[in-house]
Amino acid sequence: MTGNICVLAEQWRGQITEVTYETLALGREVADQAGVPLTAILPGSHCRELARFLGAADAVVYIDHPLLAETVPQTCAEAVAQAMAGERPRALLVPLTNISLGIGTLIGVRLGAPVVNFCRDIRVADGRLLADCVMYGGKIEATVEAGAPSGPGPAILGIWPGARQAEKGRAEREVPVTDAAVVLEDTGAIRLCRYIEPEAGDVDLTKQEVLVAVGRGLQDRANLPLAEELARALGGAVCGSRPVIDQGWLPLSRQVGKSGLTVKPKLYVALGISGAPEHIEGMKDAALIVAVNSDPQAPIFSVAHYGIVGDAVETMPALTAAVEARKAAGQHA
Amino acid sequence: MHILVLLKMAPDVVEDLEIAPGGKALDLDCLRMILSESDDHALEQALLLKERHGAKITALALDAPEVDDALFTAAAKGADRVMKVVGMDPGFTTREAARYFSQAIAEEPGLLPADLILTGVQAIDDLDGLVAPIVADGLRMPYLGIVTGVALEASAQAARAIKEYPAGVRGEFLVQLPAVLGIQAAEKPPRYVPVAKVRAAMKSVKIECSQALTLADGGLPLVGVVEMKRNEPAGHAEMLEGKPDQVSGQLCGILAERGLF
Ligand SMILES: Cc1cc2nc3c(=O)[nH]c(=O)nc-3n(C[C@H](O)[C@H](O)[C@H](O)COP(=O)(O)OP(=O)(O)OC[C@H]3O[C@@H](n4cnc5c(N)ncnc54)[C@H](O)[C@@H]3O)c2cc1C
Ligand SMILES: Nc1ncnc2c1ncn2[C@@H]1O[C@H](COP(=O)(O)O)[C@@H](O)[C@H]1O
Repeated sequence: MTGNICVLAEQWRGQITEVTYETLALGREVADQAGVPLTAILPGSHCRELARFLGAADAVVYIDHPLLAETVPQTCAEAVAQAMAGERPRALLVPLTNISLGIGTLIGVRLGAPVVNFCRDIRVADGRLLADCVMYGGKIEATVEAGAPSGPGPAILGIWPGARQAEKGRAEREVPVTDAAVVLEDTGAIRLCRYIEPEAGDVDLTKQEVLVAVGRGLQDRANLPLAEELARALGGAVCGSRPVIDQGWLPLSRQVGKSGLTVKPKLYVALGISGAPEHIEGMKDAALIVAVNSDPQAPIFSVAHYGIVGDAVETMPALTAAVEARKAAGQHA
Repeated sequence: MHILVLLKMAPDVVEDLEIAPGGKALDLDCLRMILSESDDHALEQALLLKERHGAKITALALDAPEVDDALFTAAAKGADRVMKVVGMDPGFTTREAARYFSQAIAEEPGLLPADLILTGVQAIDDLDGLVAPIVADGLRMPYLGIVTGVALEASAQAARAIKEYPAGVRGEFLVQLPAVLGIQAAEKPPRYVPVAKVRAAMKSVKIECSQALTLADGGLPLVGVVEMKRNEPAGHAEMLEGKPDQVSGQLCGILAERGLF
């Protein structure tokens, strides 16, 4: 692994996750730029056969242990740190997902290695490893140098979902697999008892062609009917960002984003949503994105096709009226 | 039951963010600092546990502008003891923040033992790591993140914590105490506390100070910001301008043209 670019292959409920393929696609580019091999590190229990899905890498290091059946961050970090001990990979790319969050930090601490969170892109320039990071809820971009080449240990880079297309990192083939032996202590301190499946909502957001999404800029639960009327006029459904769900204004089945659903409607109207990376990851592939936000600097305008700087609460009824008027005119024509 | 809540201030991104001369950091003079959102949820989760089971809550914060407000607010909401770590080198990173927390926890009388250490899962400025797992590792306690609910077992030796997975799936974990949890969202939104109550806390509550020790080992592995700039969304989206009815008419035309209704 020394000198290599490595990717932590994430598996969840028996499958390699989509974000792993995205991260492999990015890792492949960086490895090619640096002229070094790409290694995928796959922790798990009795899942060596998953290695063949990691064909974007040149080699797979498989870490098998019963305690790795479910991804518990401290256990997984300990296993990966042991597998990497004595080796000096240039970088380890870790997907920033709800499954792996915290693992990168813990590996960095255990190996005394630098950690860079929030990476959207990685590149090698003049021998330096540079990361483009999106921070402060999407409002700031930073270019960060991730550890001197001669520095201690590899650079641990947390990669935002969506950094590359998963298709580019998906390759099924026989890859050389090495087994890494690790010694893990079963403290029983953290045990997954069960998964709680999401309750089916009254509508399936993923099947809607039009979504009217509201965020904290909705200001008040009392304004929710304005969004519902707009959704009705457009023939779609209402969904929301995390704060709207956390406040109980909409049920969990209506949350879009990292912890919620990933949607790809024909039209996504984002009202009073700032455009934090965790939200964008759930809706960036909508065919047409319209954003209404009172802040001209809101990051949502970076993914929107059309933008309106203004008050969402005022815009909703105006847009509903305009849609209704146009529909009426169409019927009479 | 003793619950220790770790609080970190973060820039309020509702305000315009400016880059400092040199182009490598935010201009601190133009910032408004607020309690990191998920730390606020961690405090709320502690208050909910206190209401349900009885507990002593200690809120430990790192010094920053407006931190006193945050701590008095925490006291007004029900924190029993409030303390801030002072004397850090300015511009400390998250990894350093975690070590300042860890030092204070180890050094200050009465912060340990703690049955639960709650803090936010992630702050918007956590560029070089997360506080919760580092503190957990340092104290050799179990860690779980992205937690949205905590229930104590009858024995009070363990807790059931709900962790979020993707796509609305959640996991129920049994966590042996003491443990460190990175809270994503409390079971209820953070409570509102009237300003008068915060004012009263300012008069009656004393914020204790813990002196930060210099981080001994000559610094952490290198993570250097080469350049920082504002994400300028302008130029990306086509912006529609005018009064609400004008832009609505315009937008409607665009949607109709695309056959969207
Ligand atoms: C592990 C993890 C998982 C997460 N999962 C998700 C997820 O699944 N989904 C999700 O959405 N988030 C998720 N988040 C949270 C995410 O980071 C953001 O905090 C969240 O998306 C912000 O929601 P928001 O845009 O509604 O609120 P804010 O960021 O507060 O933005 C509100 C916006 O409204 C604008 N505004 C205010 N008033 C008005 C008005 N009158 N008219 C128009 N605009 C107005 C403001 O300018 C601002 O841009 C997650 C975070 C973490 C750490
Ligand atoms: N190099 C490899 N690439 C992909 N799959 C493999 C490889 N080696 C073994 N497997 C599969 O992994 C599973 C377990 O292998 P083993 O643990 O070696 O018996 C079997 O289904 C093997 O076919």
